[in-house]
Amino acid sequence: MTRNYSNWPIILVLLLISAPIIVMYAFLLVDTVTTSPPGSAIPNGFTLSHWRFLIDPTATGDVWGPTLTTILFTASIVLIVLGVSSTAGYALSRLNMPFRRFFLGGILVMHAFPLVTLIIGVFLVLQFVGLYNTLTGVVLVKAGLMLPFGIWIMKGFYDTVPWEIEMAGVQDGASRFTVWRRLILPQVRPGLFALALFAAIDAWGEYMLPRILAPSADFEVLSIYLNTVSDPDSTTYNFNLFKSVGLFYTLPILALYAIFRDRLMNIFGGGTKG
Amino acid sequence: MQIVLKDFTKTFDGNTVIDRMNLTVEDGEMLALLGPSGCGKSTTLFAVCGIHRVNGGQILFGDRDVSNLPSQQRNVGVVFQNYALYPHMSVFENIAFPLTVRKDSKADVDRAVRDIAELTHISELLERRPGQLSGGQQQRVALARALVRKPDVLLLDEPLANLDAKLRLEMRSEIRRIQLETGITAILVTHDQVEAMSMCERIAIMKGGKIIQIDTPKDMYSNPRTSFVAGFLGNPPISFLKGRAEAGGFVLDDGSLRLPLPVASQIPDGTDLTVGIRPEHFGRAGDVPISGKVIFAETQGRENLYDVALPDGSVLRSVQPAQDDVRAGDSVSWKLESAAALVFAEDGRRL
Ligand SMILES: Nc1ncnc2c1ncn2[C@@H]1O[C@H](COP(=O)(O)OP(=O)(O)O)[C@@H](O)[C@H]1O
Ligand SMILES: [Mg+2]
Repeated sequence: MTRNYSNWPIILVLLLISAPIIVMYAFLLVDTVTTSPPGSAIPNGFTLSHWRFLIDPTATGDVWGPTLTTILFTASIVLIVLGVSSTAGYALSRLNMPFRRFFLGGILVMHAFPLVTLIIGVFLVLQFVGLYNTLTGVVLVKAGLMLPFGIWIMKGFYDTVPWEIEMAGVQDGASRFTVWRRLILPQVRPGLFALALFAAIDAWGEYMLPRILAPSADFEVLSIYLNTVSDPDSTTYNFNLFKSVGLFYTLPILALYAIFRDRLMNIFGGGTKG
Repeated sequence: MQIVLKDFTKTFDGNTVIDRMNLTVEDGEMLALLGPSGCGKSTTLFAVCGIHRVNGGQILFGDRDVSNLPSQQRNVGVVFQNYALYPHMSVFENIAFPLTVRKDSKADVDRAVRDIAELTHISELLERRPGQLSGGQQQRVALARALVRKPDVLLLDEPLANLDAKLRLEMRSEIRRIQLETGITAILVTHDQVEAMSMCERIAIMKGGKIIQIDTPKDMYSNPRTSFVAGFLGNPPISFLKGRAEAGGFVLDDGSLRLPLPVASQIPDGTDLTVGIRPEHFGRAGDVPISGKVIFAETQGRENLYDVALPDGSVLRSVQPAQDDVRAGDSVSWKLESAAALVFAEDGRRL
């Protein structure tokens, strides 16, 4: 990109606005590898002991179990959201199916309801089908709540693919399914990718749903784990340890953002260009 | 392969766009569907290839009724107006797509693609992406992809509309060459009469979902069945004079001009008539003198075009070899070939 204007003023303003966040992250990072005297924020020594939870289960309990669970939780949600959004978005964009308008309206309405207004209904449904207190149940609910967004986004991407491409594929002898898989899907890949990232980041950070829908289950995701670590009444409570676990939990998301920044922006473009 | 439309009818949401159309395209022929925008040309084309289901009548390829076959089983090659190339595939993969869908062996696909690429002169472009091609090259790729399966029928929907003037000339002859070399039966949809006249054996001219006339370009030009056809063909276009029949001839409404017309002898005096005069039949040679004032003059290098206003306000167009003696504003006294005048009744029918 070439510009014909100087952009340092913009960068300066953005830096000023985000300064509190940057400072907080900097302190978080520094605090996890240093010791500081009581009552002071200035570190006076380097240590890796706050990170001992990675290898020492006695520090705060095993961290790798919850990590694996969170990865599984996130991956399942991403798969479900991608699978359903890529097919449902296509159907809504292209197929002349009954109740199309009803579905479109429904999706928008679903957007409008915050989670808390739905939670009692969701709870009852889970109880009824016997998925209360199970990982499957939470995965299904979380994925379900993300679907309106995902389907809507994917429909937007499909809408930008010219229908002539589809007709050309059919003329070339391909079935509708082959056309979708080999001709259309590759053209909405940027959308799928961005959606996957969004879903992953969202699922990774989910705290409420496991808390409410699986309060006494035998699995634990990292957000819940972090909550236990942060309990000041616990015998192993240590504020710097808590910060280290927090950083450990946040790092994958920060990394995703840093690496795939450009692709995430795609979701707002809603197209294959760019 | 002969294509026959029998009483083909197409409705969109209860709105009849094509009403009982009959059309036969002979084996190996290239036929133009010509007409103004919105007259149902694309609709007809898409019904032939199976994108639109017919609401009535039949479509036959040879003696096979394909009316209810899905597109995949019709073996029709289509070139879309915007080419519809697959942007994520190379040119080779684009052309190979119809064959890979059919699960041809790799060697067969390779040979077929290279053969058709040679025919369409794109052999050196096979590794490129569609986005890296010029409009004319994309057009060639679209043709190659439509033809690689050796379809029975080739359909082209406004194939030249997206090209600039020079490429349009080039692709006009290229498409015709490729059609002749493959001997494929083809339908060309266009709203451009020059394209239709220069590329096709026969033209079917459409208006409001109906075929008005089917003829060779030459016959259609010299022998139009209605004033609409006469007005649609020819560039610069024909000019029309409104008047009435009188004593075996035609007079302008204000009586200032008399044309002897052989056909007018059977027409009762006073009948309203429209006479069409092609620009090449009005100029320095002819049998009926006409005076008027040049209101517009334009040179096209080899030829000059003039618009001449008659005293009653009607305008005649003239095309003449380029010369430098007449300007806009001059009064002229030129002549008209009355034998070449086309006479139409009030409803547009040719008499
Ligand atoms: N899918 C459709 N749904 C409704 N009306 C259509 C559809 N396709 C074409 N039409 C109508 O049919 C008429 C003919 O269209 P078309 O065949 O595209 O014209 P053209 O001769 O310009 O190709 C137009 O009035 C158009 O509005
Ligand atoms: Mg059209």
